[in-house]
Amino acid sequence: MMIDQPTAAYTLGEMEQKAACCVPSPILQVRDLAVYYGNNAVLADVSLDIHKGCITALIGPSGCGKTSFLSTLNRLTDYHPGVQVRGQILFDGHNLRQESVDTLALRRRIGMIFQRPNPFPLSIRRNLDLPLKEHGVRDPHLRKRKIKQALKDVGLWDEVCDRLDSSALSLSGGQQQRLCIARALVLEPEILLMDEPCSALDPISSRVVEELIMRLRGRYTLVIVTHNLAQARRVANYVGFFWMRERVGKLIEFGQCRQLFEAPTDALTAAYVSGAQG
Amino acid sequence: MMAKCLDHLRSKDGRWNASLALLTAGMVALLLTILLFLMSEAWPFLISADTGHGGNRLFTNLLQNPGWYPLEGRFGLAPMILASLAVMLGAILIALPLGLINGIYLEFYASAAFARGFRLLLNLLAGIPSVVFGLWGLTRLVPWITQWQPPGASLLAAILVLSLMILPTIALTSASALASVPRELHTGAIALGLRRTSQIIHIMLPAARSGIVAGTILAAARALGETMAVLMVAGNVVQIPATLFEPVRVLTANMALEMAYAVGEHRASLFASGLLLTLVVWGLSWMAYRLGRHQRKFARHD
Repeated sequence: MMIDQPTAAYTLGEMEQKAACCVPSPILQVRDLAVYYGNNAVLADVSLDIHKGCITALIGPSGCGKTSFLSTLNRLTDYHPGVQVRGQILFDGHNLRQESVDTLALRRRIGMIFQRPNPFPLSIRRNLDLPLKEHGVRDPHLRKRKIKQALKDVGLWDEVCDRLDSSALSLSGGQQQRLCIARALVLEPEILLMDEPCSALDPISSRVVEELIMRLRGRYTLVIVTHNLAQARRVANYVGFFWMRERVGKLIEFGQCRQLFEAPTDALTAAYVSGAQG
Repeated sequence: MMAKCLDHLRSKDGRWNASLALLTAGMVALLLTILLFLMSEAWPFLISADTGHGGNRLFTNLLQNPGWYPLEGRFGLAPMILASLAVMLGAILIALPLGLINGIYLEFYASAAFARGFRLLLNLLAGIPSVVFGLWGLTRLVPWITQWQPPGASLLAAILVLSLMILPTIALTSASALASVPRELHTGAIALGLRRTSQIIHIMLPAARSGIVAGTILAAARALGETMAVLMVAGNVVQIPATLFEPVRVLTANMALEMAYAVGEHRASLFASGLLLTLVVWGLSWMAYRLGRHQRKFARHD
């Protein structure tokens, strides 16, 4: 029931920084989402829209369900034993939580980047070649072109073009993370989920990855979990603030970045973003 | 300095440490003694000059001497070395694919309850004394092969019995090598929309390779050193077999069969076989250890 190929390339162009972004056009609509581990809810009553071409940052203290929320969006929660998800996630008008959804095709359209870089212990080229082959790109010349493009998109091409066949594990941490982003981009996803993509990196690599994230805005829809408020403020168009209430993670406030940081409506949000709590 | 040492020894903790160190040193010394004993017993065979052909006797014995006639002073070990290698390789050839499939099934397909039971079963299987495998081989397997291709007691019987014996080891070690692959690699493969077969073949197996190879080498070392089960089913004729159905005698079986009456150079030649086996098995264990360490290092993402 999912369409296999993205229907159009995203050419929303450069966004101005920090400003309330693009014409809001929701690509993901989350309604009354709840996540249970066994009988305990870890996340409840989450409703929000992820807008096309924008960067949405999810902030809040550890353990309040941000990563669980992210994992529901590409159905990675299917693999977590004992986890139950309730509620609706509409993607292109279809509920992606339905049994009939082809999760392999879904994960091609919604890519994911993890906290710790996880390149496969294969060559740099093979890291990108494998997912392409898997998703039916048979023509080797086309694969070669796509690999080059993806590596250029993440600014890694000049650094690795002469050693594509050496192990991906020989790269530095920051390069590994950019390789992982390239590995996701090579499948031309529409949405990219990022779970604290900079937190395991040194400050300089972190800076490089953050710049890359800003460059992806407009071409992809990004959802980023981050503990770094300054980073959320620098990169995000929309921000969601999560907090634990009675041991259950809740979405306290969701809105445009500037509004949430400068004029939050909730007192808890105000305390958190000003550093008074959290 | 001396006084400090003595003070330390007088304390209870100090005495405990000292006795542990002594015990460990004793174990190392014992190991070295066994090696020295093997060498000294094998020495006459290793150095004896061949008066007939000239040159080193060991070399001639290993490679040129056409047969094993110890009473006539002809000690051609080649057929038995070849038989040992053939039995080992054959057993690995059968047990590796089967064990790998078992390991993959345990890690990725079996339900938790089934995996627990299956693991227990494999551990039990690995613990069955080899003479019991030999009994089964002698009374069931050999008659089956006899009906098909007499005489039955053969290279094939030895390979089949040994492969059953090492299968649990390979299955358990490959399952644990697969389990030691960092979780985020598996998650990463899932998040890219790879099918389960691709996740296993392209990501998990390459990542677990060194652990799987280490387990296989350990199993090979066990196959090479195994005596009783092979002795019971292999037929023990000293010859280079032309087919799988001919009887063979492996190096270990030769030692067990002839030690009781061997004297002089004959006896030394058996010790030399033992020395050779010990060194090869140590070498294999060392390789397995190095590879296993590589796997653990990788699992920690260093």
